[in-house]
Formats: sequence, structure tokens, C-alpha cells
Amino acid sequence: MASLWRYVLAGVGLAALLAGILAAVHLTAPQAPRLAGSEIARSKETANGLFVASFEPERGVVRQGELQSWLLTLKTNAGTPVEGAAITISGGMPQHRHGLPTSPHATDYLGQGRYRIGGVKFTMSGLWQLHFAISAAAGSDTVVFNVVL
Amino acid sequence: MWCSERWSKLNRFSRLFALLAMAVLAGCGKPEFSDAERKTIASLALSALPPLKDDTTNRFADVPAAAALGATLFFDAGLSGDGKVSCSTCHKIDRQFQDDLPRAVGVGRTNRRTMPLAGVAHDSWFFWDGRRDSLWAQALAPLENPLEQAGNRAAYAHYIKARFGERYERIFGPLPDLSNVPANASPLGGDAEKAAWSTMTDAQAEDVNRVFANIGKAIAAFERSIAPQQTRFDRFAAALDTGIQALPGDDALSSEEILGLKLFIGKANCVTCHSGPRFTDGGFHNTGVPPVKGLPPDRGRIDAVRQVEADPFNCFGAFRDGDASACGELRFMVKAGPELVRAYKTPSLRGAATRAPYMHAGQFSSLEEVVAHYSKAPASVEGVSEIHPLQLSDRDHAALVAFLKTLAE
Ligand code: HEC
Ligand code: HEC
Repeated sequence: MASLWRYVLAGVGLAALLAGILAAVHLTAPQAPRLAGSEIARSKETANGLFVASFEPERGVVRQGELQSWLLTLKTNAGTPVEGAAITISGGMPQHRHGLPTSPHATDYLGQGRYRIGGVKFTMSGLWQLHFAISAAAGSDTVVFNVVL
Repeated sequence: MWCSERWSKLNRFSRLFALLAMAVLAGCGKPEFSDAERKTIASLALSALPPLKDDTTNRFADVPAAAALGATLFFDAGLSGDGKVSCSTCHKIDRQFQDDLPRAVGVGRTNRRTMPLAGVAHDSWFFWDGRRDSLWAQALAPLENPLEQAGNRAAYAHYIKARFGERYERIFGPLPDLSNVPANASPLGGDAEKAAWSTMTDAQAEDVNRVFANIGKAIAAFERSIAPQQTRFDRFAAALDTGIQALPGDDALSSEEILGLKLFIGKANCVTCHSGPRFTDGGFHNTGVPPVKGLPPDRGRIDAVRQVEADPFNCFGAFRDGDASACGELRFMVKAGPELVRAYKTPSLRGAATRAPYMHAGQFSSLEEVVAHYSKAPASVEGVSEIHPLQLSDRDHAALVAFLKTLAE
């Protein structure tokens, strides 16, 4: 029995040692640019604070290389859904200086300030940016969403 | 024996430690890749290729009899204006379905290089400029192109009825009555063919177009079976993924090839466009490849947008099977913008090393020239190149070429 415990202890000790080494290697290795949590937020205020916008894939998951629909939800600061907004979308990969492979646009209004954005496609992993220009009764504003794949 | 004696004398703890230490040391002997590099390498392996998606616009896409008829038609020179040219004249089965020429030669001389076909059914756009949006619509273009097969759709409908009537009808249903259809007629042909086409009733035109579209659907069903092959790189990637070390000389990559791989996915940025298991993002990019002197201006993707929109066989057209939900690529296509000028479809790099020349008009005759082009990154004659000059040594150049060769053996 005692020898079994020695094994377990030794195992735990070695695992800790390995974890330490791995952590050291990992921390010193060059890292891909990381974005702070707020920058990849799926929900944020528009540039001039006119709206609160959130942007997420309609089916919950992002799939590389596939055309997908996303939902853009627009509310006022008071939480009232924004209706009848005109939305234009542009974007690309800032680190590679190329644009979007498709031209996504709002295809349906789903009520409650929710707009279906069709034709969103990310062809490679990395940082993508989507710029939205939004015009509604309250005025015009813009918002940028970062999507990291 | 001394060794085993000593070994048994060590207590169990030390033995365990020694084993682990050996494992760690063995690990250190392997090529070192960061986690991000490993992830990228895994994404390039053939094993990451998803199964071919259904093509709902072609309900015969996965019907074996259609693929068999398509194979016959692909190799049939009877399907041409002069009876001498088939798809396989340019897309040679023993040459990765291309012809090793800078520019293809059919009934006449074309201005573009023949594209290899492995894995082509995974794409959304076809031709160097993507002027067709389905594999079956693509197949109709060379059949009527005066420089390629140089025939016309009325003649093809008659030919199918005479030669393959029974096979056709078993797949597609009854052939239409063609007795009053002119022998040669097409809305795209020469003056005589156009005139003949204009004498036909709408129903006759529709009948001929339907047979013509079905020729494309049969050929597309065949082309879906042309798949990319496992390469040395894939065996290496699989070994790296499982952690089982490759045998030297087989799955292993040399240190030069590993340097090339690291450059490809790192400093040289190749993987930006040549991504995924086919080494292509399926998109269009201006890479500053110079035009060939003496050829008419070629503006790439920007001119293809109108052509695919105008194609009666496109996804929005009357010959699509299934519903329009399959037409997302056409619906959300980028239609304008400076980035489309002289943008061409990123080619797959699988097998590229053994099928020079390169680029849309065969501008470069070796991989060395290709890498030198990327390293220098000249400005584009029109539009803006997305390529930026690289600081590569001679050793780096050779390494990139060496790596590309692992994708062709
Ligand atoms: C005269 C030679 C020639 C013939 C004949 C020919 N092709 Fe091609 N093929 C080419 C060339 C050249 C291109 C690229 C043309 C362009 O981009 O303008 C091409 C492109 C293609 C592509 C697009 C591949 C891609 O990755 O986008 C497919 C698919 C294809 N051909 C299939 C066929 C089929 C099917 C036939 C017969 C019905 C055929 N070709 C007949 C030369 C030929
Ligand atoms: C901006 C996107 C992009 C990047 C980055 C890129 N390529 Fe390409 N590559 C292309 C496109 C587009 C073509 C076809 C261009 C043409 O025909 O005009 C091409 C063609 C090629 C070809 C010729 C293949 C053939 O069948 O003709 C090779 C080889 C190649 N690239 C290798 C590389 C290497 C190596 C790198 C990195 C040094 C690289 N590429 C970086 C987009 C890219």
C-alpha cells in the first residue's frame, strides 16, 4: 500500500514539475496579438453613444469558411428596441489589409430591434473587423465589432 | 547484466522519474513548433478537409449513373465543333487534370492557363476570375467557347440524343422532340448560330437549354470524384498531431523543409491566402502578377462579376434544382471595389511543384520564380497588390520551394 502512495505522490510531483516547465515555455513563447475582453465584446455602445448594439452568430457558433447569418440587435440606452434602421456593413482583416470576402447585409427585421445580417463569411483564422453604419430615427452612428477566429 | 541489474536496484520512484525524463528528452529532439504553429499545420492537413457538401442546385450531383455519363462526356472529343477537342484535351487525367502549358490550346489558343481539378468541387467560384458559380454551369462555358471546344448547344443536344439517348433518359428523363431544332444554334455563337437560335420558339430554346444544362450536371457529377491526394506533408502533419514520431525518409520533413513550412505559415505570410487543407481560401486577390505582353487586357475578378450575374445558368437561373437558399455566394457576392481589379482565385498548392508553369497566364516557369516574385512584391499594373516585400535570404527562398515540393510527393 505504502508503495502505491509513493507512486501517486511521485506522479503528482512530476506532473507539477512538467506543468511548471510547460508554463514557463508557454509564457516566454511569442504570442499572437491578444485583445482585451472589452474589444471582442459581442455587445457595446456605438461610437457616439446613440445605440447599444450586440452582434452574434444566429446559430451560436462561428464556422470558418461558411456563409452564416448573424443577428445585430439595436437598442437605445434606455433599452428601447431600435426599429427601421438602415444598416451598411464593411470590414476586413486589418492585420492582412484585405476586405471581406462577401458583402453581408441586413436581410430581415425580426422585431425587438433584431436585424438578420446575411452573408457573413470568415475565410481564415485571425482578427476580423466588421464596421456597421447605422441610421435610425434617433440619428446616425457607427460601431465596430471584432471577431477573432 | 549490469544494466538490468542496476535498473532493478533503482527504486520504483527513480525508475518512474527516469522514464519521464526520457520521454521529455525524446520530445525535445522533435522539431519545435509553437502551439499556434501546430494548430495551423493541423488546419492544412488533408485530414482537415471536410466531406464534400451536397450540391442542391444539381440533384444529379451524387447519382452514380450521372457521374459515369459525365466521365464519358469529359473524355469525348465528339463534344466539340471540330470533333477533336474534349475537356481532357486540356485537363489531362495523368497530369493532375491540367496540360503543363502557359496558356491552354483547344480549337484555338486561349489567354489563360488550364486549371488543375483536384478538389475543385469544394469551391464556390470557378475559373481564375470566378465567372461561374457552380461546377455544372462552369462546364457549359468551354463547350461553346470558340477557342476551346467551339461547339453550340443545339448541336450538343442533337449529339446527345443520337449517341447517348438511352443513357441520358435513364438519368434525366425523356429527351425533348428536337426534330424542328436547327442543327447548329446558340445565343452565344457566330452570326449564323445566333440567327438560327432566334428562329426557335421559346419552348424549343428551353428544351435545348435543359439538355445543355444536364450535360453540365453530368460532367459536374464526375468532377466531384476528383479528389486531392495524400502527400508527404500530410503524413508529417498526422505524425505531428498524434505525437508519434515519423520514420526518417518517409513522413519526416528535412530541416530545410521545416524551415520552409515555418516561413510559409509565419514570416512569409503565404498561409494568409493559401489556407486550409487545399491551401486556398477560395477567394480573389491581386498579387501583382504581371500581365503577359501581347495578350488583351485581363482585369480578373472585376470583369467576372457582371458575367456571372448575366449567366442564365447561374444559381438564380431557371436551371437550378432545389431552392434559392443555395445561392448565398451569388447573393452576397462582392460586386465592386478596387480590390477586385486584377484579382484572381487563389490556386490550391497541392501538387503545384510538379505542374509548372504557374499563375493565371503561365507567367512563371518555376517555383523559384514564384517565390522571387513574392519576395520582391512588385506593384500591380492595375489595382493594388496585397503582397508586401519580404526580407528573405537565399536559404529562405530555397526552403519555401523545398516545402512546396512536400505537397507534391
Ligand atoms: C482548351 C482547353 C480547355 C478545355 C477544352 C477545357 N478547359 Fe477547363 N479550363 C481551361 C482553362 C484555360 C481554364 C481557366 C480559364 C479561365 O480562367 O478563363 C479552365 C478552367 C476550368 C475549371 C475551373 C477550375 C477552377 O478551379 O475554377 C473547370 C472546373 C474546368 N475548366 C472544367 C472543364 C470541363 C468540364 C471541360 C469540358 C466541358 C473543360 N474544362 C474544357 C482549359 C480548358
Ligand atoms: C494575398 C494572397 C496571397 C498570398 C499572401 C500568397 N499567395 Fe500565392 N497565390 C495567390 C493568388 C491569387 C495566386 C494566383 C495569382 C495569379 O494567377 O495571378 C497565387 C499563386 C501562387 C502559386 C502558383 C500556383 C499555380 O497553380 O499557379 C504559388 C506556387 C504560390 N502562389 C505560392 C505562394 C507562396 C509560397 C506564398 C508566400 C510567399 C504565397 N503564395 C502567398 C494568393 C496569395
